[in-house]
Amino acid sequence: MLTGALLNEKPDAMPGLAPHGVQPEGKRKGFQRRKVPADVNTDTHWVEIVARIRQSQDQAAFAELFQHFAPRVKAFLIKSGADAGMAEECAQDVMATLWRKAHLFDPSRASVATWIFTIARNRRIDMLRKERRPEPDELTWGPAPEPDAADVMELQQENNRLAEAMAELPEKQRVLIQKAYFGDLSHSEIAEQTGLPLGTIKSRIRLALERLRHVMK
Amino acid sequence: MNEIKHHLTDKILLGYAAGTLPEAFSLVVATHISMCDECRARLGAFDAIGGTLLESSDDLMDGNMPAVDFDATLERIEAGSGDEEAEKSAPIEAPESASTLPVALQNYIGGDLDAVKWRPVGMGVRQAILKTSRSASVRLLHIPAGTAVPDHGHHGTEMTIVLQGAFRDEFDRFGPGDVEIATEDLEHTPVAEEGVDCICLAATDAPLKFNGLLQRIAQPFLKI
Ligand SMILES: [Zn+2]
Repeated sequence: MLTGALLNEKPDAMPGLAPHGVQPEGKRKGFQRRKVPADVNTDTHWVEIVARIRQSQDQAAFAELFQHFAPRVKAFLIKSGADAGMAEECAQDVMATLWRKAHLFDPSRASVATWIFTIARNRRIDMLRKERRPEPDELTWGPAPEPDAADVMELQQENNRLAEAMAELPEKQRVLIQKAYFGDLSHSEIAEQTGLPLGTIKSRIRLALERLRHVMK
Repeated sequence: MNEIKHHLTDKILLGYAAGTLPEAFSLVVATHISMCDECRARLGAFDAIGGTLLESSDDLMDGNMPAVDFDATLERIEAGSGDEEAEKSAPIEAPESASTLPVALQNYIGGDLDAVKWRPVGMGVRQAILKTSRSASVRLLHIPAGTAVPDHGHHGTEMTIVLQGAFRDEFDRFGPGDVEIATEDLEHTPVAEEGVDCICLAATDAPLKFNGLLQRIAQPFLKI
């Protein structure tokens, strides 16, 4: 299911210089092509982009989100065993869903990349395994309260720390986790993972949940 | 929120975040998380790992990032495709009354507890099998207060969440929201506590093996 590439050493890709596989051409009115400078590819930037899509249906913002994430979603699906046609179909569908679901994104509880991952994962279960995905009940009913800016920033910092810590994991463990998340290990093959740097980001999300509960009271 | 003592394991949460857990087990996970903010936050952390992997998935493509058709995606949006998907995975509204089941579970029952189509399985115990993919099965169990669940061992893994009442076995007590994970080596006798009847949701990746002769005979007819 998985090509050997995942098991090889990390290719010497230069972050920011890797060729982007997609250049939205913006044939259509309103959708402008937009070059994304590498130094703004931080989560803070993506949170603003999603806010622009949510607040004003900003099509340029969507084009930018697409340019960065659509190829990554497709790569994720290909690595998960989807053939090219299905990965394309599914990636388009995920991106269309992002446009429609922008109002449901809560930046105090997840990064934009995490949010997109969960949508892509659910589509993968739907398309590749033809299964339903039972999702936990959401906490909010009615309009979601505006997330606290400090909460959003602290979550972003935790996400950066998590990404750094993941990069520092032993190669063997990192490959195993990749295989697990790309669906290349059945659940029974997944070993109990020790030493995953999850404690601090969990505490951060827990605080955001508590605040949400408080607001809902 | 009642106090939950027995939570999901990291391995289960990782499998749910990765999307590799069989549907039947995912239903138990979704039900527990609907009742438990601690595990909801832990899941958020496991989802965040998925986010970092998605962000760095370009590293895995040897510099050949696949293109995605932007215009076709815009056509999808304009045609309203994806609406259905957005509808389907929109956050489910939590019920206002605390006495009802999580909506995640109601979706599989087709309603609340009063909509469950119970079938007797002997000794006053009733069950209702919920429809999921075949990789594992999940059912609701209704055990009258004070009654022992037939003595049984397990093939594979069994994951049970208490929805109402409580049960005890030789080792511990499980109340509403608590999850018990039983593996092959566990041989135990759960007993529903006195007071309220115990209702659980139990997923298994193998048929239960009952030790009593009667149950062994009955088993093929019970579809368990
Ligand atoms: Zn829990």
